[in-house]
Amino acid sequence: MEPHEFPHIEQQLAPVFERHGCEANQLLKILREVQEIFHFVPPAAITCVASHLGVPRTQVEGVAGFYFFLSLKSVGKYRLLFSDNVTDQMQGNPELMQYFCHKLWLEPGKVSEDNLLSVDSTSCTGMCDQGPAALVNGWPLTNLDRDRLDLIAELIHDKKPVCDWPSMLFEVKDNIRRAGTLLGEPFKPGAAIRATLDRGSAATLMEMEASGLRGRGGAGFSVARKWSLCRAAAGDHHYIVCNADEGEPGTFKDRVLLNSYADLICEGMTVGARIVGATQGFLYLRGEYRHLLKKLEEVLARRRATGLLGRSILGETGFDFDIEIHLGAGSYICGEESALIESLEGKRGRPRNRPPFPVTHGYLDQPTVVDNVETLACAARIALQGGEWFAAIGTTQSTGSKILSIAGDCARPGIYEYPFGITLHEILGDCGAEDPYAVQVSGPSGTLVSSKEFDRRISFEDLPTAGAFTVFKRGRDILQVVQNFAHFFAHESCGFCTPCRVGTQLQKKIVDKITHGHGTVYDLEELKHVGHIMQSMSHCGLGHTAANPVLDMLEKFPDAYEHKLKNFAFEPVFDLDGALETARNITGRDDAWAHLS
Amino acid sequence: MGALVMSKAITIDGKSVSFIDGQTIMDAALAAGVYIPHLCHNPEFEPHGNCKLCIVSVNGRNMTACTMPAAEDMVVASNTPELDSDRQALVQMLFVEGNHICPACEASGNCQLQAAAYYLKMLSPHFMHFYPPREVDASHPDIFLDLNRCILCELCVRASREVDGKNVFGISGRGIGTHLVVNAASGRLGDTNFAVTDRAAQVCPTGAILIKRQGYKIPIGQRTFDHKKISEVQMEPVKRTEPEHE
Ligand SMILES: Cc1cc2nc3c(=O)[nH]c(=O)nc-3n(C[C@H](O)[C@H](O)[C@H](O)COP(=O)(O)O)c2cc1C
Ligand code: SF4
Ligand code: SF4
Ligand code: FES
Ligand code: FES
Repeated sequence: MEPHEFPHIEQQLAPVFERHGCEANQLLKILREVQEIFHFVPPAAITCVASHLGVPRTQVEGVAGFYFFLSLKSVGKYRLLFSDNVTDQMQGNPELMQYFCHKLWLEPGKVSEDNLLSVDSTSCTGMCDQGPAALVNGWPLTNLDRDRLDLIAELIHDKKPVCDWPSMLFEVKDNIRRAGTLLGEPFKPGAAIRATLDRGSAATLMEMEASGLRGRGGAGFSVARKWSLCRAAAGDHHYIVCNADEGEPGTFKDRVLLNSYADLICEGMTVGARIVGATQGFLYLRGEYRHLLKKLEEVLARRRATGLLGRSILGETGFDFDIEIHLGAGSYICGEESALIESLEGKRGRPRNRPPFPVTHGYLDQPTVVDNVETLACAARIALQGGEWFAAIGTTQSTGSKILSIAGDCARPGIYEYPFGITLHEILGDCGAEDPYAVQVSGPSGTLVSSKEFDRRISFEDLPTAGAFTVFKRGRDILQVVQNFAHFFAHESCGFCTPCRVGTQLQKKIVDKITHGHGTVYDLEELKHVGHIMQSMSHCGLGHTAANPVLDMLEKFPDAYEHKLKNFAFEPVFDLDGALETARNITGRDDAWAHLS
Repeated sequence: MGALVMSKAITIDGKSVSFIDGQTIMDAALAAGVYIPHLCHNPEFEPHGNCKLCIVSVNGRNMTACTMPAAEDMVVASNTPELDSDRQALVQMLFVEGNHICPACEASGNCQLQAAAYYLKMLSPHFMHFYPPREVDASHPDIFLDLNRCILCELCVRASREVDGKNVFGISGRGIGTHLVVNAASGRLGDTNFAVTDRAAQVCPTGAILIKRQGYKIPIGQRTFDHKKISEVQMEPVKRTEPEHE
């Protein structure tokens, strides 16, 4: 049968509508299932879903076309997505992908003729400490090498369902190397809620204030302030959302918190719910962490069974609160809080116009708190141990500890918890970085730090971070690193606003041009110009920060690009040799005679 | 002005502009006859805020005028060389992103993208052209849809949703792959219930939505922007740049 004929689509999708109902805000959940059934979202399914949900077809097509894990063309029964983070790249993922494609006669991004399999790359899957990594139908594959890929090729050839593949392929380790107060001390489920009820909501909010806790997701907003604003906002319902989208390349600390400290996170949400008056919470889990879903559901079930979630929590009449998990579908921008809320509502993940802010008009236009996973874990500790205890850790402006996800050129990649104020020197020593040359702090949207700056400190006042810490040793090609980041932003721009949609593409093209040896001094100026436009005219944080790595490189790493530049002021973009690429692909040639130079 | 009730005011480029609560900076400016460049805004519809041409500096911070609520004591700078230069870059980005061959375009002279480029003194597209492969859809009996010229302003999307109550248009894809879609499984405009009398048929600022059999009815040289600047035309509330039709 042609993959476009679906005579029984109504029957096939009936159970899906049964499970999720026919509210428009279930659209993303429904489309995830459609994708699983058909390996894409066929036009017939779009029509069917639109009519069941009573929304225009264009809306369904809009959502299906937005998320990377949904597709409008068939991606085959097996979809293998190689993680494209710079650490995966350094660990050899591009070569592994090529090896695999070669072996199976595949072209990246195209489905095999028998509609069995497709291979592509995807933004960082959050396995940088155990890469090279990939996803197969959404499940993480770690520590890839040729042997494993041979095995995977065989499993696919035998059409073995992914759930029957050997579990060693999917092993994900926590790799906690250094635990502080957050990760190291035992925690008894319910203790923070008990303390909150005993102390009272207003007093617990004052503890948050005294703790000085600031958001761990990047922006560093005061938690006490956010919670007070939401608490004071008028609305029929209040919501609290845990941001577990963790999309910033090189960040994987929330993965470990979700895997091994889920109680602490739920507890933080429940304390927050008590304070802001929420009865419903959501945990927005990035699609790449689908493997954690079952375990998290079990934690929620256990907490319901033990009176820590549901009605009358810990016997307190009127204290009702529950948590629902929403799975993302491959989109970095959905970590931005207002895009996340749009996604929770089943829409395209496009950042909203602000004001109004989520604290007054969030989920379904109701007052909503969105906090990072780690922030909520800290909040639970503070509810239990008090604000003063927390404020004594770290620096005056950056209280408490910070969990770092360390990867790249170091002997011991993994999770490290430090009090704020720690220097890069110390961290690099601890993780076994040999001859470190540069560190990307807080991922591509953060700061590229050179070895001259290794006495700088992790803190909001010096080097703020959402957790990524990627080490590059001397000899690493920084231009290649920056190229990887430029590609990332171009891939993840939501496309809403002109400066970011076009600017991230221009930036990518210019960096590529320099990498290929066709850049001139003119192109450096052009990068600054495009960077300026993105920083000053973009709609959201993605566009505002998309030029950071490029501008950092221009300022701090002239050695990375100067030798690549041509000796004259300008060279046109048109690349004669590049124009032969299609011909080379068709003829399968890549020898010297197939190139002009 | 006579003795009026005390109204609230902001300052735009040194001029005091009054506003009422709920108005955006753009609303207040338009009402006061102060021009802030814009492409995706049309006061008939819900503000959208994605072209970013209307960005102004408010007390030193860049804000989107068409979506930002006016608030007492805002000091707004709009007509500055810096902002106009950044706006010019945005228009250049829109030009290279699509395929705009103005001399060969039926909208030439009526096109707001072109007019904005003139207004911002754009001499060349500056950036490298993307030359994206895009479709022309001639399936509708009365209307051409030429996506080569679409700048994703979503005016047609909003007009169809808010005024026509039809949802003929929508947006799919993401990043540079973001594109206009129409409400039909075939993806063809001819298979939707779009009508030439729809408001959505009249609002496209470029030549992406063109009404058939109107070609060059008004000769080049006598078109809207051949005699007036976009800053004059966009300030005329009703008489917009729409091609008239039978
Ligand atoms: C492009 C973009 C991506 C983001 N991704 C995340 C993310 O993955 N996780 C996160 O917690 N915050 C992310 N944020 C920050 C959120 O918008 C928001 O500030 C945060 O969730 C607030 O929580 P906090 O105050 O606890 O940090 C992102 C922001 C932007 C602009
Ligand atoms: S800055 Fe980029 S990600 Fe943010 S709204 Fe604009 S296009 Fe989307
Ligand atoms: S077709 Fe015209 S009105 Fe519609 S989004 Fe494109 S440019 Fe805007
Ligand atoms: S007119 Fe305001 S963003 Fe387009
Ligand atoms: S002149 Fe044709 S789209 Fe502007």
